[in-house]
Amino acid sequence: MSNPNNVSLNINHDLEFIDGHALTIPTLSILTEEGDIHPSATAPTISKHTALKLYETMRFIRLLDERMQGAQRQGRVSFYMQCLGEEAAVTASAAALDQNDMIMAQYREQAALHYRGFTLDQFMNQMFSNELDLGKGRQMPIHYGSKELNYMTISSPLGTQIPQATGYAYGQKVKHIDAKTGELASTIDNVTICYFGEGAASEGDFHAGLNMAAVHKAPVIFFARNNGYAISTPAEEQFKGDGIASRGVGYGIKTIRVDGSDALAVFAATQKAREIAATQGEPVLIESIAYRLGAHSTSDDPSGYRSKDEEANHKVCPIDKFKKWLIKQDWLNEEDDAKAKEAIREDILAALKRAEKVQKPALEELISDVYDTPIPSLTRQYNDLKAHIKQHPDAYPITAGRIK
Amino acid sequence: MAKMNMLHAINSALDITMNEHPQACIFGEDVGYFGGVFRATSGLQEKYGKHRVFNTPLTEQGILGFANGLAAFGAPALAEIQFADYIFPAFDQIVNESAKFRYRSGNEFNVGNLTVRTPYGGGIAGGLYHSQSPEAYFAHTPGLKIVVPRNPYQAKGLLRASIKDDNPVIFFEPKRLYRASTGEVPEDDYTIELGKAEVVQEGTDITLLAWGAQMEIVENSAKQAHEQGISCEVIDLRSILPWDVETIAKSVTKTGRLVISHEAPITNGFGAEIAATIQQECFLHLESPIMRVCGLDTPYPLALEKEYVPDALKVMAAIKQSMDF
Ligand SMILES: Cc1ncc(C[n+]2csc(CCOP(=O)(O)OP(=O)(O)O)c2C)c(N)n1
Repeated sequence: MSNPNNVSLNINHDLEFIDGHALTIPTLSILTEEGDIHPSATAPTISKHTALKLYETMRFIRLLDERMQGAQRQGRVSFYMQCLGEEAAVTASAAALDQNDMIMAQYREQAALHYRGFTLDQFMNQMFSNELDLGKGRQMPIHYGSKELNYMTISSPLGTQIPQATGYAYGQKVKHIDAKTGELASTIDNVTICYFGEGAASEGDFHAGLNMAAVHKAPVIFFARNNGYAISTPAEEQFKGDGIASRGVGYGIKTIRVDGSDALAVFAATQKAREIAATQGEPVLIESIAYRLGAHSTSDDPSGYRSKDEEANHKVCPIDKFKKWLIKQDWLNEEDDAKAKEAIREDILAALKRAEKVQKPALEELISDVYDTPIPSLTRQYNDLKAHIKQHPDAYPITAGRIK
Repeated sequence: MAKMNMLHAINSALDITMNEHPQACIFGEDVGYFGGVFRATSGLQEKYGKHRVFNTPLTEQGILGFANGLAAFGAPALAEIQFADYIFPAFDQIVNESAKFRYRSGNEFNVGNLTVRTPYGGGIAGGLYHSQSPEAYFAHTPGLKIVVPRNPYQAKGLLRASIKDDNPVIFFEPKRLYRASTGEVPEDDYTIELGKAEVVQEGTDITLLAWGAQMEIVENSAKQAHEQGISCEVIDLRSILPWDVETIAKSVTKTGRLVISHEAPITNGFGAEIAATIQQECFLHLESPIMRVCGLDTPYPLALEKEYVPDALKVMAAIKQSMDF
């Protein structure tokens, strides 16, 4: 029965409360640890090209993460965040999208960006905040973004991208709506995927974003990476009830939970989610479960809040699992894989050295992009600053030499 | 007395409070067992239990809404916002709720038991979202008190006073100095009166005014100035709201010159309020226009932080300009 309160009035005469865990959502799993398809599962259709690209992206990101973790310890970059344990969740979801779908990420999704074609040098230039960084050296390392690749530049405040993704996706849909009937006239050509952690799902923006998407039917795929921790806070201190997935259901959004260490499960779920968003013009929520194997960032030490035993219990390598499947398909062999890894390691080191040598952005970049053109007070401040630096060039070595 | 850094001093003030009031609660993101990302609350969960020192879900809006309720109940609510940059999701709860609880209810209810601690400011290569100094946004809101300490001794005494104060207080902690600034701090309880500036160094030619981490910078400039024969009076404002007009006006009446320095962007920064008030109070005593050395009107940058920041050299240039006026 439907009524003006928009709830089902299923009259009952027992005084009964529904438990927070009443909704238990299953987890889609397709690949076994050995790289076989579970007997009762159906593998998604994935081309050799896509499967290999997916694997190569994960392999690359693992090596990049390892090297940059090290580079941070050597003091060469100020900060880094790896995605150890979540490579499949991020890469396989990105692989299931169209290249022109919008990606609005949290910060641990460098693999999705690389899948899109962000080059090694582009990664390095951002991390070294040099003048070739697309973000002009303004944000901390890992705050990537690229208009060309439809990857919205990362913002540090958590959750802010969630309602934005709803709005962006709504924009993608509006042009497909028949002006007369108000109905969707065709499949939506591009949709939005929005990544966030289970921690960020506590922010007010999460609730606002999901509710708006559900009510206004925005074609957005909410991709919750439930990796068990928000910095030191374990999931059980973050939320009650059955994960983030149950929230999607609560908001009236089609929802699925997947094993985030299983590239094929994530690929299949995201492919289907995209189809729903694009053809039905409505949101979908995917909750991926993949333990965060590494530290939160280079600024923290997980030994302070979780035991080695706990970590050992979760040591599923999503990359190895997928690799085993690829080998069984005869699409990959160990020898080529080992050779490729060596070559990538060398490339990474060379790119790191290149980016380190590129100079920092010019002084003008301090005041550009605050507005479309600098307002008078900024121009005044810039001229004063320039004069000051000219008088004391030794104190401002990064910019002094280049001031005209 | 014991040698402490600022984190120890803050921890000590919290410890005393937890001992003093059986319902006092410390909460925020990662503050529980982990002790907060800067470790200001280290050891307190072990000491006072999980029901009084706890991690919250990741929701600043929730933290402040919860804190308002807890404080309205009458328990000391010691909320932490992990970085001042992330206080904005809680802006409504602070500006419309904490600040107006007492006024709108005719003092039927109030949240005087609320203290919000949050690390602010730059100098840690944190870029846009780990470096902001948002004190001026809150200084426009009647009903709040705003406090910024400059060293461990000040931090403990001012934090204890903030907690004891019967108004909601936002306590901005200069994160650059958390470990960098150390000094002798009494292990026992003490307070430093809110709303009072401190004359840190007496002088005759010009007054330098700052707060928090910027104090170190202006003290440096005062040394440079001294070498050039200029005698600076250096004042730490300590409380942004309410602020100590009298001490500043008295100093400027004596020296005839004032340089104000803060990290936040210059336009509508709190320095603007000070300049306007002191101009009115001291008009006939001023020998030169009041100068401000502040952040630029841009978001806080990363690569060009040195250029952006009001450093000692820029303060020195302002001192000279004022002296030569
Ligand atoms: C609004 C806001 N509050 C706090 C922070 C500080 N912070 C950065 S990452 C993080 C934890 C996020 O955890 P989660 O969303 O689960 O993602 P994960 O790091 O596990 O991938 C916190 C608290 C922030 N960036 N933004």
